[in-house]
Amino acid sequence: MKIFAAVILFSLATIGFFTWFSNFGIPQVTPAPPPKEEVLDLGAMTMDQFAALGERIFNGRGTCKLCHNPVGGRAPLLDKIGEVVPTRLNAENYKGKASDVESYLYESMVDSSAYVVAGFGKAGTNDTVSPMPNVTGGSIKLSDAEIKSVIAYLQKSNGLEITVEIPKDAEAAPETDEAGPREPFATVEDMFTEFACVGCHKLGVGEEEGDIGPDLRQIGTLRDRDYLRRSLLDPNADIAKGFEPDAMPPDYGQQLYAVELEMIVDHLAGLK
Amino acid sequence: MTPRRAFRLLGTLLLLAFIFCLVPPDGTGTGSGAALAQQSADAQTAATGIAAPKLTAEDYPTIAGVNARVVVWLAAQLHLWFAAFVLAVPIFVFIIEAIGMWSRDRRYDDMAYEFIKISIAAYSLTAVLGGLLVFSLIVFYPHLTQYLGAIFKETMFYYALLFFVESAALYLYYYGWHWLQGGFRKWVHLTIGLLLNAAGTTLMFLANGWLTFMMSPAGIDPSGAFTGDVWTALHNHLWNPINIHRMVANVAYGGSIVGAYAAFKFLSASGAKEKAHYDWMGYTANFIAICALLPLPFAGYYLAAEIYAYSQQMGITLMGGIFAWLFIIQAVLIGTLFLSANYYLWCGMARSEGAARYYPYIKYIAVVLIGAFLVWFTPHTLVLTNEELKALGGPYHKYLGPLGIMPAKNTAVNVMILFTALSFLLYRRANRVVTVPWEKAGNAVQVALFSAGIVNIFFLGIYHGYFTNTVYKVASSIPQVITTLVVIAVSILIDAMMYRGAKEVAPLRWGRVPDRAQYALFLLAVAFTWLMGLMGYIRSGIRQHWHVVGVFRDNSPDAFTPTLGYAANVVSVGTMIFMAMVIFVFWLSQISGVKREPDGYWKEQRA
Repeated sequence: MKIFAAVILFSLATIGFFTWFSNFGIPQVTPAPPPKEEVLDLGAMTMDQFAALGERIFNGRGTCKLCHNPVGGRAPLLDKIGEVVPTRLNAENYKGKASDVESYLYESMVDSSAYVVAGFGKAGTNDTVSPMPNVTGGSIKLSDAEIKSVIAYLQKSNGLEITVEIPKDAEAAPETDEAGPREPFATVEDMFTEFACVGCHKLGVGEEEGDIGPDLRQIGTLRDRDYLRRSLLDPNADIAKGFEPDAMPPDYGQQLYAVELEMIVDHLAGLK
Repeated sequence: MTPRRAFRLLGTLLLLAFIFCLVPPDGTGTGSGAALAQQSADAQTAATGIAAPKLTAEDYPTIAGVNARVVVWLAAQLHLWFAAFVLAVPIFVFIIEAIGMWSRDRRYDDMAYEFIKISIAAYSLTAVLGGLLVFSLIVFYPHLTQYLGAIFKETMFYYALLFFVESAALYLYYYGWHWLQGGFRKWVHLTIGLLLNAAGTTLMFLANGWLTFMMSPAGIDPSGAFTGDVWTALHNHLWNPINIHRMVANVAYGGSIVGAYAAFKFLSASGAKEKAHYDWMGYTANFIAICALLPLPFAGYYLAAEIYAYSQQMGITLMGGIFAWLFIIQAVLIGTLFLSANYYLWCGMARSEGAARYYPYIKYIAVVLIGAFLVWFTPHTLVLTNEELKALGGPYHKYLGPLGIMPAKNTAVNVMILFTALSFLLYRRANRVVTVPWEKAGNAVQVALFSAGIVNIFFLGIYHGYFTNTVYKVASSIPQVITTLVVIAVSILIDAMMYRGAKEVAPLRWGRVPDRAQYALFLLAVAFTWLMGLMGYIRSGIRQHWHVVGVFRDNSPDAFTPTLGYAANVVSVGTMIFMAMVIFVFWLSQISGVKREPDGYWKEQRA
């Protein structure tokens, strides 16, 4: 019985230590609550609103702009769709089934290897395989209606006639982005993840960080807090040497709460 | 064909069936590429499909005073602990029985029988807890249960039927142990053991398909409806990584639990013979646990890499987001596992006077292990106040910051594994001296091999981890793993050749081991149980507010992600319940051998 008691006490002490360490040995970060779900009322949406939804997705959750921008050169620009699409549809290396701009854009989002623009293929594939992911899968997961809204945005921004129809079945197109007032982010890392900052900047928080924007790993030694705050609120106010304007979304002032903005400024100022 | 050959053929076919199950996904079910695009296109035209329900908080039944999530969490975790145990034990019982057959050493057969005896009572508890889990799901999450049932109906039906096969094989294997002894009968018995393992492993693979579908759903069309077939759903992106990880982890876990049983029996034993038996049993169980523990970090790394490959967002949530600090807790647990396993080996060297030659090396191995543990333990980003941030000059410490990222941790774990293998090599040498003439050359080659391996691991970790781009940084972990495995395999091979026909310098006295060594075995079992609970939480937790990621949203009041402290408290409560049940199982196996004759109770005794 003595041995049994000793073994039990030893085991409970071990469990107690692990419990204690988990509660008091590491910071207790309370994760943000689940984002609120919004069901789009597509039936009441105008085409302009539908295209605006596409623009939000293009710049945000769809992560399209991370590559389709004039700075990084990772993916073709999408500013002359009306001119290039007919040529591509007739190209020898076109392997898809699209017949017009709308179906081509849809196809390029779900089967991007149907046509690979010269110089933009995966390394070693001789421009036969596109590095672009299928936007209906992975972490992007756009619905059919969301893809169509992106097409509407691209057609509108190119000065083309918008040919897509707004899906009438609202249930088929729930947007799971945060909608309405959201809870503030608890940590700077959460914000870096949400806004995909490491897609363009090196911040020293991830394994794969981008180089489209300036390296910020020691930005605190170079810039003061006022400069950093201005760069977040008005990215074109000061352009770092060797980088182009208009690469960074200009609306972080609207997307971030004041407390969050200050958290990022504090964090960046501390990177030395 | 003779019956004996027929049984051998059956065994081979079962093994081939296993290997077939491990064929990698062909891309039709998941992620990216033309196959999925085609699937998406096909799905658009499909008129039917299983749509995920859109629920509100009111759709989740409640019972006053009962937290639904905690009930399901505990039922699932307890079921998993027991299932891991009863799946693992027959695997190594089968191997030990085969060793006994091959060596004709009866001790192995007796020990294998004692192992399987322990798992018999645990088997029914596993089934009972499985029932509790199913009823909990039906009561608290009826829509999710119905949704998964609609997609996996075939596998769930055959899963239930397969229980009959597993039960029949287990009971035949256990109750027929002494009946099926010698010659062809032993082959029949071993084949039943193989059938038992085939059924158990298939059951686990099926259940893994359900849970990995919730993490990396396959066969989903753009509207979110499931339009694939059951194989597509089962063979999703994370199925095989989880299968491999669980298979290896279960063996290590089973070894640790049996080791704890042997440790308790050792401490309670009164005679030297009994102590010797349980000492040997504890050593064997620990050996099994270590053998599976060494490749386990690699299986874990593979799983994490596949999570990243499936969804970078999920990968970031796992390693760099809200769960990042969980890996510091994991580092404490892994450190505990490696240190306790090594400590047990070092204590075990007391079994032979010949081990004194190697005692001086132990302190250096201990220093390296603790150093590697501390590297693993070092966080990358520190949570700081603004004042602390300024004082430190940034969120990373100037010198310790670089130790927080994966290249440093990969290097540390590879070094930890290599030095654990070194402990084992020293233990093997304890009671023997080499008689082959090339002893010096053999030792020199081993030293050179370990040195070159460590230099290569450090080079890969430091150069590729810090001075090249990300692609090489991530890719360098693979040659690190290969280096470690090659060094271990080749050095064990050289050692085995060197010590063939070796002279015993001092006998290995089983039973002559300090009591504190047994506590190392308890520590191993408790830490393993707790670690499994913790990692079970993160595996499920990275789905966040989704029942099925990106498809079926969790809108229950418990959809939020709790703090790590809260999760740890649930894991601790679960561990204590599990321990109490395991003690009950061990006690049952003990009293089953006790026969008491009460005086004057029966009629004939009175006469």
